[in-house]
Amino acid sequence: MNNKDLPGLYIHVPFCKTKCPYCDFYSITDDSLIESWLDGVQQEVLIYNKEGFSVFDTLYLGGGTPSLLDEHGFERLIGILRDGFSFVPDAEVTIEMNPDDVTPSLLACYKALGINRLSLGVQSLQEEELRFLQRRHTAVAAERAIEIIKSSGFHNFGIDLMYGFYGQTRKSWSDTLNRVLAWEPVHLSCYQLTLSEGTPFGRMVSEGTLHKITEEQERRFFTHTSHFLRDRGFIHYEISNFARGKGYCAQHNMKYWQRVPYLGLGPAAHSFRDNVRWWNSRSAEDYCRLLREGRRPVAGREELSSDEIRLEKLLLGFRTEDGVDIDDIVGQSYGREALARLTSSGVVRIEGKRVLPTLGGYLIADRLPIMFFS
Amino acid sequence: MKHIRNFSIIAHIDHGKSTLADRLIQYTNLVDERQFRDQILDTMDIERERGITIKSQTIDLPYMDNDGREFELNLIDTPGHVDFSYEVSRALASCEGVLLLVDASQGVEAQTLANLYAAMEHNLVIIPVINKIDLPVADVERVKLEIDHELGLDPDSAILCSAKEGTGIEDIFGAIIDKIPPPAGDPGKPFSALIFDAHYDSFRGTIVSCRVFDGAVRPGDMIRLMSNGMTYKVEEVGIFHLAREQRKELAAGMVGYIIAGIKTVSDTRIGDTITLDIDPVHAPLPGFKEVKPVVFSSIYPIASDDYQSLLEALEKYKLNDASLIYQKDSSAALGQGFRCGFLGLLHLEIVQERLEREFDQSIIMTAPSVQYRFILTNGEVVIVDNPLYYPDPGKIKASEEPFIRADILVPERFVGAVMKLCMDRRGVNSHLNYPTPGRVEVTFDMPLAEIIFDFYDKLKSITQGYGSFDYEVIDYRESDLVRLDILVNGEKVDALSILVHKERARDRAVTICERLKEEIPKQQFKIAIQGAIGGKIIARSTVSAFRKDVTAKCYGGDITRKRKLLEKQKKGKKRMRMVGNVEIPQSAFMAALKTDNE
Repeated sequence: MNNKDLPGLYIHVPFCKTKCPYCDFYSITDDSLIESWLDGVQQEVLIYNKEGFSVFDTLYLGGGTPSLLDEHGFERLIGILRDGFSFVPDAEVTIEMNPDDVTPSLLACYKALGINRLSLGVQSLQEEELRFLQRRHTAVAAERAIEIIKSSGFHNFGIDLMYGFYGQTRKSWSDTLNRVLAWEPVHLSCYQLTLSEGTPFGRMVSEGTLHKITEEQERRFFTHTSHFLRDRGFIHYEISNFARGKGYCAQHNMKYWQRVPYLGLGPAAHSFRDNVRWWNSRSAEDYCRLLREGRRPVAGREELSSDEIRLEKLLLGFRTEDGVDIDDIVGQSYGREALARLTSSGVVRIEGKRVLPTLGGYLIADRLPIMFFS
Repeated sequence: MKHIRNFSIIAHIDHGKSTLADRLIQYTNLVDERQFRDQILDTMDIERERGITIKSQTIDLPYMDNDGREFELNLIDTPGHVDFSYEVSRALASCEGVLLLVDASQGVEAQTLANLYAAMEHNLVIIPVINKIDLPVADVERVKLEIDHELGLDPDSAILCSAKEGTGIEDIFGAIIDKIPPPAGDPGKPFSALIFDAHYDSFRGTIVSCRVFDGAVRPGDMIRLMSNGMTYKVEEVGIFHLAREQRKELAAGMVGYIIAGIKTVSDTRIGDTITLDIDPVHAPLPGFKEVKPVVFSSIYPIASDDYQSLLEALEKYKLNDASLIYQKDSSAALGQGFRCGFLGLLHLEIVQERLEREFDQSIIMTAPSVQYRFILTNGEVVIVDNPLYYPDPGKIKASEEPFIRADILVPERFVGAVMKLCMDRRGVNSHLNYPTPGRVEVTFDMPLAEIIFDFYDKLKSITQGYGSFDYEVIDYRESDLVRLDILVNGEKVDALSILVHKERARDRAVTICERLKEEIPKQQFKIAIQGAIGGKIIARSTVSAFRKDVTAKCYGGDITRKRKLLEKQKKGKKRMRMVGNVEIPQSAFMAALKTDNE
């Protein structure tokens, strides 16, 4: 088996100190469930170990706020994973951190247990914007966290940022970017604020108490960000992701976009193998209870048809700089015609056997796939 | 014959005709409770959903009274919409009496009146039935007053009933037997029967529903259809229980069916007289006329490859609906399609829905049009129901459009609003009548074109549901007509062209441009939508280009949600049509049909 095709392992740590009003990932603020959640993960590891999941080349601890786990909890988690699974020697092992949680001792613990990549949720360095986003950390705390990270010897770290919300200016955004770049991160995730239904921000939008920026402003923020970071040596390898070089792309996340198998453990985690997708219950209580009763916490499962596979290849491929295999497009009668039209309008370009999105293509990546269907 | 009663139920829409019919059927134990589906007579999905009867059906109810006498009660169902008033009249011609159903909360409505007049024309015994007396808002006294004043019937003879709860049903059976006379007719005379309906059966061909007036018909007889002289050999005759029930003969006074190898429903004419080929009657039964379509629209497949499939669907559909007419049509924007004629807008909607649902066609329909008359400078008269064939305006000496007389019944407080609506729709020559205190009958002469869109919906909404409406086509009148064209990015979309009165052109153009703006999704470039008469632009709107369409996150591995969203869009795209370089959704063509912005 090619190393590239080894599955990735994702662990959903569903605990947060406070809930951010824009976030639609599953999380809870009740940390009394941590031990039973760990028991659950242990059970899941046993189940999947018997079903042929054994060697992984990436591990991603996401959430939620994985850095909320104390050293004891973290050690137990890593122990569970290492007992049931094995990881290739150079596996990418990432943990998401809130700046407030960064301490020298926690980082030492991470290092000792094999974490080799940090993803720090900074979001902004403007105090006003952080308050608007209701983040628990401050810009000062973020600066301090970076100092600790660097002095602990972590150089492979990425920063998560948010942009494109009402009240933010291009100036304040550029200021945040400049200051973040001074930390010399190897990876940046810049997420345009999404106002999802079901989140407090989403409700505020429908009540009219929160303004959206216009589509035109969104477009400008997006292209500005891309130009700004590419001018400073980053590659824009996915809609929201930038890396200091090919070698710094998030190996784990790439699996999602390249349709490489992955196993997700924890409530609300998604998994994919052999064109089957399945996902766990979106309730920590149910997740823990089902596993305690010896049952699977799976809430849904689907086996993809060839049409669905093709659509997925397009929808995922056009989100990355690697684009889509030309055979996945011209295989259908309308594909060839659409490709000619979209190439001439400049949203995609052909390079060898790949059809690659341009920046204009990234801008309409949610629409590009269906443009290839009549 | 004296044990036969032939009757119909006539009512305004929603007054509970189907529920009463169900109750009568249930009472005769023709079906057991388990088999019983609500509203058995309305078999089509659309009928169930809209609660109206489109194709009428007939049923023979076996009934035994308290003295042990057995009766055959033939309930001849009638469609409940003005589009089908001719079919109603033929059904009534087959009866000796009617139950006139009035809703205890709504009272007498325009259609009740129209139905009453139709029943009176046929000298039928009329039994008023006040239905829905169980409703808390029922006002029996007021309805009795209306029956007295507006219908001129004896309010004391009205039967109180709740079809829903089953009260009053026995009284209704009693009245049918006692008040409606048995059919007259002479079994010894030459055979004559009136066709009041026809259905298509894929195994047997056309099943003709008829009422025998004189003589009798048996399998093996050669019958003749008097309107076209066609002859057929009778294979089977019988009566309608829930299913067809074969009989040796159909004799004078009976209502039943004839199967005679008639290939399509279109080979029969509702209202036609059937006689025997060897011993024909001298004259047909009175009242026959050819039904003519009044509303025209073109149907195109959304994908031009589906033309053949649409043709086959129309052929099949037509087997069971003689009143739909169609011929080939072609549009520069939409390619090959069909120009169709309908009895009215409801008929049009039914055809559209059935083609989509039962025949699985994805279609685009163009704006409905009436038949206009153009007198050219060379004296020639051309009739145009399709904007594509609008004559060269320089050669038109005069234009004419069909007018109707609208008959509207409303509570007095809505008269102002109704007058305004009718005048906005170019109504003239109004009359007001006060049949009972508090209620007004408004009549107007109006262009047919003004009511075929959404007049009835509008009337219902401005009168809070109390207004009711009936109409008849009266004549052609001179009118200043123009063709309004719609351009999308400079390209004329001929399928969106309409013929319209000059004074109404600008309003319509603005409305259509706004509607299209809402319906046409943003594309990569700006889209200009214009309304034009000749070369002159009279309205415009713009669909701005989309600037950005991408969501920030697509990880955490939840690809399913994202793909499902796209699948939905992909499906929607199948319902789009490329015009030039612009994708126009089917919904845009439909939206352009409506007149009002709301």
